[in-house]
Amino acid sequence: MRRIWDAPGGVHPPDNKAQSLTSSIGQLPLPEKLILPLTQHVGAAAKVCVSVGEKVLKGQKLASASASISAAIHAPSSGWITAIEERAVAHPSGMSAPCIEITCDGEDRWIECMGYPDYKQATPPQLRNLIADAGVAGLGGAGFPSAAKLERGTHMPVDTLIINATECEPYITADDILIRERADQIIQGIDIISHLLGTPKTILIGIENNKPEAIAALNHHCQGSGIEVVSFPTKYPSGGEKQLIYILTGKEIPSGHLPADLGIVCLNSSTVFAIKRAVIDGEPLISRITTLAGEACDINRNYEILIGTPVSHLLAQNAFHPELCSRLIMGGPMMGFSLTSSDVPLVKSSTCILAPSHTEIPDDDPVQACIRCGLCAEACPASLLPQQLYWYARADDHERLQAHNLFDCIECGACSYVCPSNIPLVQHYRSSKADIVNARTAKATAAVARERFEFRQVRLEMADTVREAKREARRIVTEKAKITSPTTTQPSGSSAADIIKAAQLRGTARQASPEQQRAKLERTLMAAEMRLKEAQQRLLQATNNASVDQQAQQLASVEAAKRKVEQATQRLTEVSH
Amino acid sequence: MAFKQVSSPHGHARQSTGQIMQLVLLATLPGLLVLSYQFGWGLLINILIATTAAISAEALILKLRNRPIEFYLRDYSAVVTAVLLGLALPPLAPWWLVVVATAFSIIIAKQLYGGLGSNPFNPAMVGYVVALISFPIEMTTWVTPVSLLAADVSHPGLLESLAIVFAGNSPVDGVTGATPLDLFKHSDGLLVEQIYQNNSLFSRASFAGVGWEWANMAFLIGGLALLKARIFTWHGPIAMLGTLALMSMLFWDGGSSDSPGSPVMHLFSGASMLGAFFIVTDPVSSTVSNRGRLIYGALIGLLVYVIRAWGSYPDAVAFAVLLGNFAAPFIDNYTVPRTYGHSKSRRATDKEKSE
Ligand code: SF4
Ligand code: SF4
Repeated sequence: MRRIWDAPGGVHPPDNKAQSLTSSIGQLPLPEKLILPLTQHVGAAAKVCVSVGEKVLKGQKLASASASISAAIHAPSSGWITAIEERAVAHPSGMSAPCIEITCDGEDRWIECMGYPDYKQATPPQLRNLIADAGVAGLGGAGFPSAAKLERGTHMPVDTLIINATECEPYITADDILIRERADQIIQGIDIISHLLGTPKTILIGIENNKPEAIAALNHHCQGSGIEVVSFPTKYPSGGEKQLIYILTGKEIPSGHLPADLGIVCLNSSTVFAIKRAVIDGEPLISRITTLAGEACDINRNYEILIGTPVSHLLAQNAFHPELCSRLIMGGPMMGFSLTSSDVPLVKSSTCILAPSHTEIPDDDPVQACIRCGLCAEACPASLLPQQLYWYARADDHERLQAHNLFDCIECGACSYVCPSNIPLVQHYRSSKADIVNARTAKATAAVARERFEFRQVRLEMADTVREAKREARRIVTEKAKITSPTTTQPSGSSAADIIKAAQLRGTARQASPEQQRAKLERTLMAAEMRLKEAQQRLLQATNNASVDQQAQQLASVEAAKRKVEQATQRLTEVSH
Repeated sequence: MAFKQVSSPHGHARQSTGQIMQLVLLATLPGLLVLSYQFGWGLLINILIATTAAISAEALILKLRNRPIEFYLRDYSAVVTAVLLGLALPPLAPWWLVVVATAFSIIIAKQLYGGLGSNPFNPAMVGYVVALISFPIEMTTWVTPVSLLAADVSHPGLLESLAIVFAGNSPVDGVTGATPLDLFKHSDGLLVEQIYQNNSLFSRASFAGVGWEWANMAFLIGGLALLKARIFTWHGPIAMLGTLALMSMLFWDGGSSDSPGSPVMHLFSGASMLGAFFIVTDPVSSTVSNRGRLIYGALIGLLVYVIRAWGSYPDAVAFAVLLGNFAAPFIDNYTVPRTYGHSKSRRATDKEKSE
């Protein structure tokens, strides 16, 4: 038996999984239209490679990966491209984003698929290309492009491959049912990935013990394969990548590092299934299993939905009662976000649509004062002190927030879940994180702007110097010309003597200019030194009575002034030699 | 159609601050019953006066601060403070003593600091200490446990008790007397054994001191129930009781005339259990991390013993807790837990970004 490590924190919300597990994976009738956002994954938006009016076949590529972290998008059904424009997409802020709209022709005609059943013959880069080409991105919710993840795994030998079948969010059963019905294909997928990663020593499937049927199916198919199925007690959020890795291996991913740095690659079980399809069947990622749950729908069930299916289509097929629905959630109740409209499409990372009734998930109770009960700290899987973070977040104390490792918060919501005073802790952390990131960017931009400004100043000064030197040279030339050839009457510039003379004159001009340059540079140096003195004075004042930020600013300007003095001195010595 | 925009997590554990406070109140019941049995109506009257005073004071301040009164009263924190204070003040104390102590707790120690969650000191203990310092005589007069009353004396009945509390009638002779800790404190020069033999308070006790031992037992039971309901963690109470036991073991001194008393007597006398499970666990004024609570609890246990053994007050939970409250922010500073993925924990005042 493999040792199970007990991850800190965690909560036990009612799992509500039985409702959607009463029937097998269902199919929906083809929607009229499919809407495909160009960004369904972490990373850069895909680049469109079709145009409006074009007829496309099922599985045809519509947009290709535009960067190393990006994912291609394919037509989930055959039809016409009827629009490429901004549409409302599923996003916490209810924003719109570029999308491709397909009007289905109802034929659902496949493009020819080139599978690679003989994947053992393929090299890792070939396999990665296949996966990248199929547009596979993490289906567990995060949506990280899988090829990029597997690529990272090649920088270092991978000794542990972990398949995440935890599915710790309440209500969601998509992974569970997929494993129950198609465990064999998932094992095939694991085999492909194992081959790609150079056969890691340990291959583990991590699954919570509330899924006995899925565990049995996996055990059945894993016999003799060397893959270990590890089940462990149910606790939210065991399915977080960092948490799962700890539970199975006892290792912590150091802050700011990736699992690959420890020789670990962790993939979701549905992602593994998509990889199997991409490699063996040659089918791109155009569908996924999504759970529909909640009392506002008469039917609760898992569907194999086409990516791009509008949420409203899914709801309409399942006797949805909007008046009963307290909120519409994409994802699970703990980390999912609320949709303001049901017109948005389902995407690659849509694990669940939850339409709870008012009794199921009532409106939030009013927020009370924090009583420092510490329940949040006990629930936090990252061992943070949520109540302290909340304190600092309210005070906008960015430094303390970072000192208390705000950025190690995985936004799992366990703290808010247990808070007896109903404080929306995670919401505070999210906005503080955004504020800090914005402030950082602003600072970086300001630094760049300052540097640019200074560079411009220097450049202008240099140009000035050069121009003045030239002017001076010209003056000397003309004066000398007056002296040396007062009787120039013949047309100039043709004789050899003239050319030599001109060259000599230029030489004199060049000799004359250093004096000028030097004087100018000396002036510049003086000015720069004065500015430095001023800046130092200001800094001194600031140290006594200004905020840290202002101090930093003053310090920066002192540095800048120093740099200028140095530059001027250097140029001066150059010129004098 | 438009749906509501709400932030995750959706749904919530079914436990509100008000419910937690109600559970705490419920857990004081066994202790209250035993104390009332032992000492008569006085405690119940204390609690009623304190609760009325606390709610009025809280409502008054909320009104002055322009806060929704009903909403804040529903967190039950004022009632908890009142009940704890009522349990700690001597039974049959004059009503104004209870009112002054309660009003001080709620108005000065809690609301002036910003209300629930912002008070650095435990309000009930502040009220208690203020009363103790201002009215030492009233505060050190305790009722004699029922089983030790002379045959012809009994505890005053309800009406009689009310008359004592409100009209200032004096109780019948023999109804009030010393507490075990008092007795112990003022029995210098006697061997522990002698003290035990000479005093019915000890000689007729089952293990620690008549009246007190069972009250402490009852608070222990209430506290364990709260622990089981995960209202607080074991760290604070166990650290406090453990340190108290350890200290009294170390300085037991074989029961000589200098001995400050046995571990059992210390654990089951005075406010030991009430303090450990209902005061030390007050989240607002204690430390936040579990490691911090171990230190905090131990510190209070140590102080309780030191004050009991060598200080001038026979019981010391209130002083010890206030000193602990005072130290809590410092303890917090050095006990920030190690975050996942970080090699070491940091101090709260460290400002720069961690590695
Ligand atoms: S759970 Fe809520 S009330 Fe308790 S300490 Fe955390 S934030 Fe404060
Ligand atoms: S949301 Fe962040 S702070 Fe809250 S429990 Fe999860 S990791 Fe901890």
